[in-house]
Amino acid sequence: MMNEIMPKINIRNLSKIYQGRHGEVVALNDVNLEIQANEFICVVGPSGCGKSTLLNIIAGLENKTSGSVMADNAEIIKPGKERGVVFQQYALFPWKTVLKNVEFGLKLNGVGKQQRREKAMEYLDLVGLTEFANAYPKELSGGMRQRVAIARAFTAEPDILLMDEPFGALDAQTRAQLQEELLHIWDTKKKTCFFITHDVDEAVLLAQKVVIMSARPGRIKEIIDVDIPYPRNQETKLSERFSEIKNDIWSKVYKEYLSVKK
Amino acid sequence: MATNNVDFEKKQAEAMEIKKKRLSLSRIDNRIMVIISLALGIIAWFLLALIPSVSTIITNPIILIKTFISELENGLISDIYTSIFRVLSGFLLGLVVAIPIAFLMGWYGTFRSLTEPWIQFFRTIPPIALIPLVIVAFGVGESAKIAVIFVATFLVMVVSIYQGVRNVDPTLIKAARVLGANDKDIFFEVVVPASFPYILVGVRLGLASAWTTLVAAEMTGASKGLGNMIMEAGTFFRMDQVILGIVLIGIIGFIMDKLVLYLEKKLAGWQEVSK
Repeated sequence: MMNEIMPKINIRNLSKIYQGRHGEVVALNDVNLEIQANEFICVVGPSGCGKSTLLNIIAGLENKTSGSVMADNAEIIKPGKERGVVFQQYALFPWKTVLKNVEFGLKLNGVGKQQRREKAMEYLDLVGLTEFANAYPKELSGGMRQRVAIARAFTAEPDILLMDEPFGALDAQTRAQLQEELLHIWDTKKKTCFFITHDVDEAVLLAQKVVIMSARPGRIKEIIDVDIPYPRNQETKLSERFSEIKNDIWSKVYKEYLSVKK
Repeated sequence: MATNNVDFEKKQAEAMEIKKKRLSLSRIDNRIMVIISLALGIIAWFLLALIPSVSTIITNPIILIKTFISELENGLISDIYTSIFRVLSGFLLGLVVAIPIAFLMGWYGTFRSLTEPWIQFFRTIPPIALIPLVIVAFGVGESAKIAVIFVATFLVMVVSIYQGVRNVDPTLIKAARVLGANDKDIFFEVVVPASFPYILVGVRLGLASAWTTLVAAEMTGASKGLGNMIMEAGTFFRMDQVILGIVLIGIIGFIMDKLVLYLEKKLAGWQEVSK
């Protein structure tokens, strides 16, 4: 009973202040956010609003200045295998083959060779790259590389997936394909997703909730529910409800862009 | 759904293959150009040697080949062997010491702060300037030459390998960390392989500097070696031998460089080359 109401990630009064060269920079100011298990959340906001900082703190890659960030009711102080990360720049190990990249997390956690190979192949199959298991990252296109990175994050079997503009560097067509694939994987594997993007279309297509962040100092401005049923695909974008929600979010984000310009 | 998308990307990959083939075609062109360039160079050399006033200094290629054959019977092989032995011993010593120090410098800030000023200072001193000191310390035997080469190669390699350790992409370290890597994993699974190409660059630079230092060291007093051969031939005005020595040093250095490049291709072929 307790477990059901306990949020997967619970962020309370989180602040982050950097000591910059020209004094203090407030990256995050009093952020409060609850993410439920298996929820898909997208974060949008102008650049410099602290989205990536927020993600890095949840990942355990950066320290917070004050407040509390909990995953499964335990304070996050360092990276953990229950939280996987997909980076914008793929971050594949160029000296490892696709397969070795994908199974690296399992290897680090002491999983036997046979077992990790099977698991890695399962996820490579899910992203349609089994044929490329023995290729090196340099032989792959950008879209394929990001598929490998997604497979690598999933293979380590985290409960929570943190994605920092994962499709930001891809062309529009590949991007659309990967959005659908990600939704498909999310649907089959049931994970909690925290997805950063600056593309409002992408946010509305993927998420159950879209978090709008305001410009510096980074705060949560509003959380908007996307009440469009799954499964969604690119055609979902043609629906009226999609446009309504998108325009609503867009106008709010646009105000933030303008305030940054000033 | 996924397979459809992959089909499209396979086509992209095929297109990349075709581009590569085109690249290898232009590579053949390149090889022909190298041969033409070599031929032109030798012809120019030949013509230059026809001018009487020049021919006393620059021997023509045919005489050079004759000198080469007669020197082969006169202990040239042992000169070459001695020189290569000195270069490789000094260089290997330098490499064995440079690798751990470079990694310590890249990994531990305190160690870096302690060592970096000294390395930067000694780097500005041409190793040849150390020769008189080294001769007093080690005499004029093998160890003196090896010591000078060691110092020269060590300094070049430690700087280059250290750069590699410092240049490891921080995102890769983050990526390893979120997959559960501890410090030891990050060092052996990320930092070492990521710096490997820089080690090979260091090896290339180290070998080149070993050669230049060798000749200088041998010219200051040695009973054998290519540098010594050039020096001795010079005093007897045997310009054919001097040029033979120069050409041999060039060829051996060139071969060593190509060997390292070949190794790089084999061992660090995963690197992305921007064209």
